[in-house]
Amino acid sequence: MALTGTDRDIYIVGVAEAPLGEVMDQSELSMIALAAREALVDAGLTMSDVDGLFVNYMGEEGSVQVGEYLGIQPSYADSSDLGGAAFVAFLGHASAAIQTGRCKVALIVYASRQRTRASRKLNHWNSKATSSQFEQPYGLPAPLGQFGLLAARHMYEYGTTAEQLASVAVGARQWAGMNPKAWKRDPLTVDDVLASRMISDPLHRMDCCLVTDGGGAIVVTSGARARDMANTPIRVAGTGESHHQWHIPQLPSLDASPGVASARAAIQMAGITRSDVDVFEPYDATTMSVLLALEDVGFCARGESGSFVEAGNLLPGGSLPSITSGGGLSYCHPGALGILLVIETVRQLRGQAQQRQVPRATIGVVHGIGGLFSTAATAVLVRD
Amino acid sequence: MTELSEHIIDWADPTTEFFWNAAREQRLVIQQCAACHSYQFYPRPFCLSCDSDAIEWVSACGFGTVYSRTIVHLPAAPELGLTSPYVAAIVELDEGPRLLTNLVSETCTIGSRVHVLWRPRKGQAPAPVFGPADDAGELRQ
Repeated sequence: MALTGTDRDIYIVGVAEAPLGEVMDQSELSMIALAAREALVDAGLTMSDVDGLFVNYMGEEGSVQVGEYLGIQPSYADSSDLGGAAFVAFLGHASAAIQTGRCKVALIVYASRQRTRASRKLNHWNSKATSSQFEQPYGLPAPLGQFGLLAARHMYEYGTTAEQLASVAVGARQWAGMNPKAWKRDPLTVDDVLASRMISDPLHRMDCCLVTDGGGAIVVTSGARARDMANTPIRVAGTGESHHQWHIPQLPSLDASPGVASARAAIQMAGITRSDVDVFEPYDATTMSVLLALEDVGFCARGESGSFVEAGNLLPGGSLPSITSGGGLSYCHPGALGILLVIETVRQLRGQAQQRQVPRATIGVVHGIGGLFSTAATAVLVRD
Repeated sequence: MTELSEHIIDWADPTTEFFWNAAREQRLVIQQCAACHSYQFYPRPFCLSCDSDAIEWVSACGFGTVYSRTIVHLPAAPELGLTSPYVAAIVELDEGPRLLTNLVSETCTIGSRVHVLWRPRKGQAPAPVFGPADDAGELRQ
């Protein structure tokens, strides 16, 4: 299918990872700048073309700081705070901004050095949040404790097993083995996961994501503009987001995950069915996050994700190749993983994923979550 | 309403002081709407179900059921007074609202009936935690 080439259709035209892993020789700002320049080169654009900036977690008036560092004066900026899902949600926000003429070329960027700075804290209660006084006393290690509670309940309701959870991590590692940029590439077994240290029962250390430095950049523009780009443009066919609870007891049930609404909206907007999806990139903060994502997006019925994963459906050659970069579990998790999920999906749909390429991938779904299982943002990406 | 205790540091605010003052008397209180009778926790200035202002503090019966629990094997912040491993849980009160808490016994699992207990905290109001309902005299069915 040819590009439709109208201002209503929105395309990702450039992507790049920032330096990943352990980044000793850059700052967060310079990582963003390097990724932004590379993504613009990937698109065939320059920094001066950028008039929309979508960024968060860069400090006070972070979009201003980043804009100044990049030497641009955007006419539009957005720092909506969805946690790790923000950079998936920004695809929808950028689409709306372009469609309404607020900007023409949107740059989505993120970087962190949470590993190098050892800044990751498991109990990040905000003393200014009125409601935290009712949770802080109990030592739930956010966000892993929230996923421990979700996993325990999922096991209780549906008979999900620790082995099934572990098989998510094993699959992610298998993909990571084909990604030269992955932090962890050694083979991993279910027994390895189960033998790793217990963190928040039933989640073991290897059910939980990496803590690495990293980031990335994504360039988004209109169909009219995308025709002239250097690489195959990937259409943002559907987006959805949902903002739910901050405190996990306020989640009414496992059926009420924020991802249910975000996925339904994105899939409906794109006009696809779930069986059309060639590649799936769920936000794998933990193995449990992946099971919930599979059910929330609707790739399997509630309660069936454990057996779905155990049957190998997410693996290379499986019915739903997923976590194809190795994900947050084995490739890179810089605190907000969403941007890297989008980048991987674009590479898969362009056919640039090298050894780990999913054959004939034309439709991808990115499913981001954020906060304390608080938010979700889903995007359907399509190669026309 | 009694005066805001000097022992409640950092966390309590004008909308929650009633809860923490009751906690000092080892009473678990939640809000109930006089118009639609819904219960809610944590407190808000009106009923989330029907928007009514007719919101009242009432004593919860103190019984509930464990909705989920996780045994945490990481060290807790020292000021919490928790020794790893400890059990963090979501308890559904019999009135309906759920809250995050600790279970004092690993014998309490998902579906277990539990009853409120109070954990003293240095310089702060005691925190509601939960233990087996049997210990509070609830009859087995």
